[in-house]
Amino acid sequence: MRSRFQQGLDELKEKLLRMGGLAEQAIDRATEAYRTRDSKFCQMVLTGEAAINDAEREIDELALDLLAMQQPMAVDLRFILAVLKINADLERVGDQAVNIAQRVLDLISEPEVPLPVDIPRMADGVSTMVQRALESFLDGKAEVAEAVLQMDGIVDRMKDEAFVNLVQKMHDDPACTRQALDVLLIARNLERIADHATNIAEDVIFWVRGADVRHGGAHYRE
Amino acid sequence: MGVGIEVRGLNAWYGKNQSLKSIDMTVPANHVTAVIGPSGCGKSTFVRCLNRMHETIPEARAEGSVKVGQMDVYGGGSDPVEVRRRIGMVFQKPNPFPTMSIYDNVAAGLKLNGFRNRKQMDALVERSLKLSALWEEVKDNLHKKSGASLSGGQQQRLCIARALAVEPEVLLMDEPASALDPISTSKIEELIFQLKQHYTVVIVTHNMQQAARVAELTGFFLMGSLIEFDKTEKIFTAPADKRTEDYVTGRFG
Amino acid sequence: MWRRITNWGATGFAVLAAILVILPLLAIFIYLVIKGIGSVNISFLTQTPKPPGELGGGMANGIVGTGMILAVASVIGIPLGIGSGIYLAEYGRNRFGDLIRFTADVLNGVPSIVVGITVYSLIVIRQKHFSAFSGGVALGIMMIPTVARATEEMLLMVPNVVREAAYGLGIPKWRTTLSISLRTASAGVITGCMLAFARVAGETAPLLFTAFGNQFWNLKLNQPTAALSLQVYTYAISPYDDWHKQAWAGSLILIVLIVGAVAAVRITTSRGRLKGA
Repeated sequence: MRSRFQQGLDELKEKLLRMGGLAEQAIDRATEAYRTRDSKFCQMVLTGEAAINDAEREIDELALDLLAMQQPMAVDLRFILAVLKINADLERVGDQAVNIAQRVLDLISEPEVPLPVDIPRMADGVSTMVQRALESFLDGKAEVAEAVLQMDGIVDRMKDEAFVNLVQKMHDDPACTRQALDVLLIARNLERIADHATNIAEDVIFWVRGADVRHGGAHYRE
Repeated sequence: MGVGIEVRGLNAWYGKNQSLKSIDMTVPANHVTAVIGPSGCGKSTFVRCLNRMHETIPEARAEGSVKVGQMDVYGGGSDPVEVRRRIGMVFQKPNPFPTMSIYDNVAAGLKLNGFRNRKQMDALVERSLKLSALWEEVKDNLHKKSGASLSGGQQQRLCIARALAVEPEVLLMDEPASALDPISTSKIEELIFQLKQHYTVVIVTHNMQQAARVAELTGFFLMGSLIEFDKTEKIFTAPADKRTEDYVTGRFG
Repeated sequence: MWRRITNWGATGFAVLAAILVILPLLAIFIYLVIKGIGSVNISFLTQTPKPPGELGGGMANGIVGTGMILAVASVIGIPLGIGSGIYLAEYGRNRFGDLIRFTADVLNGVPSIVVGITVYSLIVIRQKHFSAFSGGVALGIMMIPTVARATEEMLLMVPNVVREAAYGLGIPKWRTTLSISLRTASAGVITGCMLAFARVAGETAPLLFTAFGNQFWNLKLNQPTAALSLQVYTYAISPYDDWHKQAWAGSLILIVLIVGAVAAVRITTSRGRLKGA
């Protein structure tokens, strides 16, 4: 097999997984920031964004080179396409983590009030989704990716619940509207991260099976 | 207008070695079908069985059913010479007849089969040269220049014109561009794309990108068997058989 | 440094060898001219031999006779030779073909006088007279191996892809062989024919018992006929000085005619050559 090409593919995979690690780290730090209300975690998320953006650029360049120089076909072509899409999703995950960190900074500046929403639990679920999605990419296992798709429904429901509860709270206790809004936005950011994890899983399935399972259907080439 | 080709149970041998094992394939009319595979897989043999050129090699034989349109190529009473008249062939290395002029080259198939009408021959020669995109370059030197004085790419187009002059229904091409430079290659590929309006084209190629550019259907051969036969996009983005995938991604061959 | 010396040495040797080859040819020709040109005149070229003792006369009948005999020889030797060559190249890649090849080589080596005697017993004795025809047969037989081998070699040099192109057009094998392969090989085949022609044109021994020679005009194929080579032989071993001079003239004329014939064929066949072929 063309070893330079194989090396390129391996490098691409490694870089993407490393970027995935950075994204997971960002989510964890943002969650920790929320739990501890410690602004140093927020700072770490904010400064860590640059690394994620750099990684995105590197991966795009490498993928472009491989496409131009090596004329990949079939599974290799699907792999590179999947990498490009996952790349974009991971960068967005980084952005969402930054948004969460910014909301937490705002919460820190306000008095703490009890709110009817379990953000840490939601964050754990979301973090697991991202982790599993990246695992499925590492191992090339479509079944693991399918499991991730299943989990999206749960997170959606959590977000809807949070929405209803927080709106109610804002109605009952207008004094903590600001905090409630911050938390609502955090919930939405988490839900978005879950969507990105779902995208990543769909891209893995496309790579491994050649099937386009986006938007809820399974579309195999005839 | 082209016709379809039905191949059922085609087997071929060189002496004792079986080079094709029970091939079944349906080639649709007015489409370009590519045949790919590693060296020695039987793709050239397959194509040469379609017009009974395979038998011209000593100790070579073929059995099975090949129907080109209504013509039963291997049927009892079928004449190989007649078959080859209805099926045109272009070879890997351009092979114009060395001592003949450009005109004589294109008209060779007609003249040597007894065609006499001069005016009609002129018209057919012009038409064939136009179809193969060579007319403008040679129309002033038809009788003066020999076929061998043209460049490689032009020679190959001359050979295509020669094959088309006898008005076949099917055009077989055995790696037609592999001896040519990239510009000539792309001219030939463009030509093939135009030709399918009038003819059914089967092209053997070891260049996968060429198959991808030119053909609507692709068949993958390996060790004498047809492993997979499907739309070209499918073969090159998501082939069904692992062997096809290994070949297409360059893991062997 | 050494390499350059050896290079010059090798080149020098090759040039020397070429000169050594041409020298005898030139020598013969110059000698012939010196010895013979004096006796080449109108009467030599237009008159028949005078009886021994009388001066003058010529070899006109020999010139014509040679022409007739060579014509018969060519009509026999060239088609049969080309035909065998075609068989050997296109159909004879087998044991039988090897046998034919071997036979042709042997025939090539048969001494010319043996060919002459054989034709004598097969034709002359049966017909009970000498003839230009039998002379032509003898020479024709000698032409066959050269023409056949040349044809075979030239046909084998035609690339197989050219034949395949013809088959692919639906041209039957026989037509391909004649109109494509032979046509492609034509230059070499013609050279082969010319070689054979030049070789037999000067043969004397086979004509001794077949054409036999003739002092007078003869334009009939079934009568003994004069031939330049025979007359040169007869005159050369005669005791007459005048005849010796005529023998030189006859030899010179023979060479000139052969060279002329070959040149004429070369010119006419190259006229049809296309640009770039």
